[in-house]
Amino acid sequence: MPKLSPTMEEGQISRWLKKEGDKVSMGEPLAEIDTDKATMEMQALANGVLRKIIINEGQAAPLGQLIAVIGEPDEDIASMLSEAPAAAAPKQEPPKQEQEKPAPQPPAQSQARAAVAAAAPAARSVDNGQPKTDSGRMIVSPLAARMAADAGIDLRSLQGSGPGGRIIKRDIEAAISQPKPEPGYPRVVPAGQVPQIGASAYRDEPASEIRKTIARRLVTSLGPVPHFFLTTEIEMDRAAEMRRGINALDPDLKISINDVIIKVAAAALIQHPEVNASFQEKFVRYYERADVGVAVAIEDGLITPVVRAADQKSLSQIAAEVRELAERARSRRLKPEEYTGATFSISNLGMFGIDEFTAVINPPEGAILAVGAMSPKPVVRDNEIVIRQMMRVTMSCDHRVIDGATGAKFLQTFKKILENPLYLVV
Amino acid sequence: MSTLTIRDALNQALKEELARDESVFLMGEEVAEYDGAYKVTRGLLHEFGPKRVIDTPITELGFAGLGVGAAMAGLRPIVEFMTFNFSILATDQIINSAAKMLYMSGGQFKIPIVFRGPGGSAFQVSSQHSQALESWYAYFPGLKVVMPSTPADAKGLLKSAIRDDDPVVFIEQERMYGHKGEVPDDPDFTIPLGLADVKREGKDVTIVARSLMVPLALKAAEQLEEQGVSCEVIDPRTIRPLDIGTIVESVKKTNRVVIAEESHPICGVGAEISAEIMERAFDYLDAPVKRVSGADVPMPYAKNLENLAIPDVERIVAAVREVAYID
Repeated sequence: MPKLSPTMEEGQISRWLKKEGDKVSMGEPLAEIDTDKATMEMQALANGVLRKIIINEGQAAPLGQLIAVIGEPDEDIASMLSEAPAAAAPKQEPPKQEQEKPAPQPPAQSQARAAVAAAAPAARSVDNGQPKTDSGRMIVSPLAARMAADAGIDLRSLQGSGPGGRIIKRDIEAAISQPKPEPGYPRVVPAGQVPQIGASAYRDEPASEIRKTIARRLVTSLGPVPHFFLTTEIEMDRAAEMRRGINALDPDLKISINDVIIKVAAAALIQHPEVNASFQEKFVRYYERADVGVAVAIEDGLITPVVRAADQKSLSQIAAEVRELAERARSRRLKPEEYTGATFSISNLGMFGIDEFTAVINPPEGAILAVGAMSPKPVVRDNEIVIRQMMRVTMSCDHRVIDGATGAKFLQTFKKILENPLYLVV
Repeated sequence: MSTLTIRDALNQALKEELARDESVFLMGEEVAEYDGAYKVTRGLLHEFGPKRVIDTPITELGFAGLGVGAAMAGLRPIVEFMTFNFSILATDQIINSAAKMLYMSGGQFKIPIVFRGPGGSAFQVSSQHSQALESWYAYFPGLKVVMPSTPADAKGLLKSAIRDDDPVVFIEQERMYGHKGEVPDDPDFTIPLGLADVKREGKDVTIVARSLMVPLALKAAEQLEEQGVSCEVIDPRTIRPLDIGTIVESVKKTNRVVIAEESHPICGVGAEISAEIMERAFDYLDAPVKRVSGADVPMPYAKNLENLAIPDVERIVAAVREVAYID
């Protein structure tokens, strides 16, 4: 990865202008690269054939990272490729053409040339290397293994910092303090089957350079997660009526207003996937399911059990699940996977008579909805003052993923469904 | 509190116990007229007379056996070996008589005897007179093995050993008799056998050290503190019974252990502690247990080689840095 601007530290391949196998000549445009400032054209530094593209479009690499290999058509480049993902030793003899040197003459002897010398450890996106011994076995300290199991961390997602790549305590601590990479699960959920365990499937879209810059700025300006808040007032008469109606059909259902709110929020999240998302430094993660965390007050704190796939569950399922989770939360019998990995959270202080409040986002979730008490208030409808059950909600949004208008549109949908719950069945 | 050397703290313990209990008596080579080869028994002949403080011929097996017989008959002998190197001659009495008598007599004969004297490495006295024998004695059920590292521990543990109804092997460190420290004046000050002492609290690495290695471990811990590594130093003080609980609790906190010992590594006390930690705290280990032991060679006479054969502060520091994944 060449340095294409004075402040550039890494670049993202916007587009390769040549395919593997194409002939290239020195000075010819090879790729377009997004830097922190602009999209720049990178020129080939040697004559030959573009043998191998290592950093694909959309992927980023730090300066000095090997991103592609140019060589003779029949040359053996295996050793160069095998070195690429591993941390290239600093002393490694760089291939013939280096960025700093003036364009040299094509060498007489046949030897592969890397477009740019590999000088830094490979980016994760390329490497994905796991700490393994030569026999392919992962090495983990007993303590690290137990900590990872307790925290629900997939050891395969970690790079060990101990001798021989051993995963040790500090690696797990670092992983815990970072936004949690979701464990692997099927990307495609078979139709009609509601997965009840594990976190939602997702798609990762590379964060654009502008998005990354916005994120960096907002973080430094407003703290680790830059919050902003959106408040709206919702007329709850129909929702309350619907709840009463359902409970009248079967008193055992015991559906609460909060259950209705969870269901409506989940429906709105599916309509607004850009809110059902989290910022992951290098990319923005969009979840396919609405896994809704529900804040539950417990004796000396609070915990947020997760209703998985709330968008696909019925109100009665949600009600039963929330009741059961809350009960176990209060007796501290929740498993880690039951209170981590939500895609969105709801905190309801209505039962304490709070009219309106703001909640703090539970990273890496993108937003949290703070729900106030429902109470009768005079409002104007058709130029007449009438009494309606009103409820105020405030959504805290992570500005790195959600912009003002995005959040507002989500709330608009949320309000629309809650005011006309028939939308749930339309 | 008084500031005493280990030598004088041991002398005080002997004096107090001889005065406290008439059945206690002391015997060994040069313990009476000469005041002891290392002056631990200074003044005792004068104070308690030749019936209680007895010089023996150079016959370790003989006077050790005499002691066991006296203990069977109801006395509480303290047998001094001029150094523990000579106890090797007496091992039949120590191991086959003292250690097993209670068991083999069906509980009829308890053996309240103390075998004491200097052990471990000494200054340039070569292979036969400079060695650590604690793992020999700790191996046998029926014996208790004590190794103090401070004047207060020396006094409190020796008094407990003399009052104990089982045979106790009490190994003083030959290089440490001159080490000074605070000792409680209370004539009834004792330290129970089988209780480890946390000599320094820390959170990153546990150093288990005994005898001569304790002051070295504490020095290493000081240096490491400056390097940002907080060490907990634990002295088991009693090798058998071993207070493994205190060690395991510490390991659960720090997740890393270095065991420093001047003995040889093979079948040593460090090997035993390491195995116990693995059995009881496996899930808490973030690094392999690391031993810093004496070289696996007979102790060399040459000064430079002798220095290399005994662990030093530098090697303890390096081992801690290794298990803390610093280097």
